[in-house]
Amino acid sequence: MTQATDSFEEIESAVVRFAGDSGDGMQTIGERFTDSSAFAGNDIATLPDFPAEIRAPAGTLAGVSGYQLQFGSRSILTPGDEPDALVAMNPAALKSNISDLPEGGMLVVNVDSFKKMNLKKAGYESNPLEDEEFRKKYQLIELDLTTLTKEALSESPLKPSDKARCKNFFALGFMCYVYGRPLDPTLKFFDQKWGKRLPEVAEANSTALKAGHNLGDTMETARNRYQLAKAVVQPGVYRKISGNEALVYGLVAGAQSANRELLYSGYPITPASPVLEGLSALKKFGIKTVQAEDEIAAMGVAIGASFAGDLSVVATSGPGMCLKSEFIGLASITELPVIICNVQRGGPSTGLPTKTEQSDLLQSLFSRHGDCPLPVIAAHSPSDCFECSIEACRIALTYCTPVIYLSDLYVANGAEPWLVPNAADIPSIDAKFADPSEEYISYKRNPNTLARTQAIPGQPGLEHRIGGLEKSEDGGVNYDPENHEQMTHLRADKVERIADSLPPTQLHGEQQGDLLVIGWGGTYGAITSATQAMQAEGFSISSLHLRHLNPLPKDLGDIIKRFKKVIVPELNLGQLSLILRAKYLVDAIPLTKVQGKPFKVSELRDSFHKELS
Amino acid sequence: MSTTNTEEGSLTKKDFVTENDVRWCPGCGDYAILNAVQRTLPELGVPKEKFVVVSGIGCSSRFPYYMNTYGFHTIHGRAPTVATGVKSANPDLSVWMVTGDGDGLSIGGNHLMHLLRRNLDINVLLFNNRIYGLTKGQYSPTSEVGKKTKSTPVGSLDYPINPLLFALGSEATFIARTSDTDQKHMVETFKAAQAHKGTSFIEIFQNCVIFNNNAFDTVTGREVRSEQALMLEEGKPLRFGENKGIRLNGFDPEIVELQDGDDESDLLVHHSKTNNPAYASILAQMAYPAFPTPFGILRQIEGRETYEDALHSQIKASQSKGEGNLQELLTGQNSWVVE
Ligand SMILES: Cc1ncc(C[n+]2csc(CCOP(=O)(O)OP(=O)(O)O)c2C)c(N)n1
Ligand code: SF4
Ligand SMILES: [Mg+2]
Repeated sequence: MTQATDSFEEIESAVVRFAGDSGDGMQTIGERFTDSSAFAGNDIATLPDFPAEIRAPAGTLAGVSGYQLQFGSRSILTPGDEPDALVAMNPAALKSNISDLPEGGMLVVNVDSFKKMNLKKAGYESNPLEDEEFRKKYQLIELDLTTLTKEALSESPLKPSDKARCKNFFALGFMCYVYGRPLDPTLKFFDQKWGKRLPEVAEANSTALKAGHNLGDTMETARNRYQLAKAVVQPGVYRKISGNEALVYGLVAGAQSANRELLYSGYPITPASPVLEGLSALKKFGIKTVQAEDEIAAMGVAIGASFAGDLSVVATSGPGMCLKSEFIGLASITELPVIICNVQRGGPSTGLPTKTEQSDLLQSLFSRHGDCPLPVIAAHSPSDCFECSIEACRIALTYCTPVIYLSDLYVANGAEPWLVPNAADIPSIDAKFADPSEEYISYKRNPNTLARTQAIPGQPGLEHRIGGLEKSEDGGVNYDPENHEQMTHLRADKVERIADSLPPTQLHGEQQGDLLVIGWGGTYGAITSATQAMQAEGFSISSLHLRHLNPLPKDLGDIIKRFKKVIVPELNLGQLSLILRAKYLVDAIPLTKVQGKPFKVSELRDSFHKELS
Repeated sequence: MSTTNTEEGSLTKKDFVTENDVRWCPGCGDYAILNAVQRTLPELGVPKEKFVVVSGIGCSSRFPYYMNTYGFHTIHGRAPTVATGVKSANPDLSVWMVTGDGDGLSIGGNHLMHLLRRNLDINVLLFNNRIYGLTKGQYSPTSEVGKKTKSTPVGSLDYPINPLLFALGSEATFIARTSDTDQKHMVETFKAAQAHKGTSFIEIFQNCVIFNNNAFDTVTGREVRSEQALMLEEGKPLRFGENKGIRLNGFDPEIVELQDGDDESDLLVHHSKTNNPAYASILAQMAYPAFPTPFGILRQIEGRETYEDALHSQIKASQSKGEGNLQELLTGQNSWVVE
């Protein structure tokens, strides 16, 4: 399998997109390619993109599933604006993706599937591969993937239809050849997944993968092969991590560092289900998971568990957040710690259930009855979900309050390399229950944090009642007008106090200048990349990314004042810009996009250029 | 701070009374139920700090404020979920849930169903006054069809739900009915509920003096009780009144009058532990005036594992092969080293 290195072209980064039918295993090979790239020492960012239907009719546009990743020897912050190489497994995949492939881009197609029926299903009147102009436009590589795979597997005991299903790995093998990716991580994956249970499947997929790789080697010696140096990163142990995985691990770590038992309750919903599934697999950590009958119940279970002394967590997406709303009010007035995760997707209603959006910010901030401000934080990348979930644990327990943790489908499903933290270095969270040897006043507050102290059932002498009715400091029901006003202020002030515990806001670039870009959540990579590129061009531009959306950092107002203009890119119709305008009386310019897709770096650059010219 | 003596037998009713003024209407049936619960808890051998009373919203759901235990007055209809959270987090607690006919069977019907089928070891007291008390007298899902209330001036349209059948359909493992008029029977029933491992569902006929006064008089009134109510006793034939009993004719129950010297062996004998739900279903559907209305434990199924026990034993089983190591979890199985 060795190839003369002189045929390699050295590149800094590349963007590859795999597209095929939902049943073609595109997510799987995308992930494998990602793992190989991580293993090869490259930095990576990924964008899985699948349809809402599990299996839309085969061969149709509705059923196209894609996976794009960018990998490189430099720091990679986004999955790339447009692919350098597109693998299209069928006409529908070609049709729905080709407009993104720039002229001269590499196009690998499975010609076996370019039959009349499939062309028709994709809405092609004639075969685009027979169009001379089309052929000239791209660096076209036509592979009869199905036939080649079946040939490679002539010795395999699998049924012919099962043999054909290995064609995705044949394609992967070919692309691994082109980009010099190692096969070992994928071979190891086959062994872990099927080695024991279905050795003949592991064997067939390995054969297909290697055959695809060999084809690259023998097919055409003149074909370019690319080589990427390792990314220069801090030494240490690395792994690949997705946002939802990082959330799960952060919750486990947070509970351990606070010495609390973790109870998670949830109701399945895309894209939050992996949190329920991930934690349910961690029983050996003593984690209790409850699949509740709906999102209301999930929130109720969490509140009950919190009352009983567990660190409780729920995760859902927009529609589930709506259902939880009344209960979140109860958690607020009773002042119980609960971590409420919203992995956002396109809304309203069922909206775009498998596409990304950041349109639940105002819901997180305000969607409750009564005056009910709550802490809201947002993760900005897959690995940042780890830090953010620990931060959510810290806030919930230190301030005895529900916390809203936001991520989005892009961050949750995307993956990147992660410098594995040392578990022993995770700071402990100091959250004590009431001491039974002291008098207990259920809503007496810590003068610094304004947090109350919880007393949990089972402790003798601390029996007390809590509930949704307004109460006074001693916990007794109290409807006095002044008391209600005081309590409403206290609850709000307590949330405000969290700002005292935040580090100074980090600016990307100079401390003052012409344009300040303010972002939050999953737009981090695109904003940072665009800002960096423009700084290199000599523009006076800086960016900052907010983790804390309520309370906002105390220094934010001053920072804003030091810039001539402020622009706020968001995947919604301008929700953070509305808040910044209201809070700082600044003419924050909204830069919005609601297509279910992340920002392209080029889109942001164009907009920033406009503001600076 | 009060020092609590948690030793068995040393608690009294007084230990469970709070300083809060009880704010139900004078004459409300809720007082009698509160009294019965406060009389029951000290006799259960459970330390006081282990009791948790969880409720929803309604007149009935004010209950936790009057119990000197840990308590949680939650939101309308959702008490089963909070109770599930408490019990799942700490199975060692004795959890009592209080709900109303509207709270438990209208807005919270779904949650109640799931609590019952999960079989958490929680005692559910459903105060059925066949009316919405707290919102001032609209009809409820247990109100008889044609009920005239402020929201249904010419009569309600929907057919009522039978709480006992609801519980049966939800796979409840303990189903009983009692009445606010009968202290002794309430205390007995509550004790049996506590002794049962699994969710215990108790419907309590509760009189709302203001909005639905005397709703249960035909079966709980002193003069008519013996003729129109059927007190279930384990292992005993179904007898009521002077000389009446219930027997089966095919799948249908029928009333028989026993003459002097008649044999009781024809009569149905009460076996609450029968696995087949048909018998409990027949009892649950018997109601005055066609039949006497039954009181007591209709059904009691033992040996079904509780949710919280299953939850915790899965964890224990998994941990018996070694507890989780955070560093191993974070590192995962596919890490690489950058020098
Ligand atoms: C979400 C919500 N909807 C409506 C109400 C108003 N509400 C309070 S209690 C109640 C009905 C209570 O009836 P029931 O459960 O039978 O209790 P009772 O007062 O009769 O004991 C209603 C509709 C509420 N508190 N919350
Ligand atoms: S309204 Fe009815 S149920 Fe409510 S407290 Fe008064 S009497 Fe009792
Ligand atoms: Mg009622």
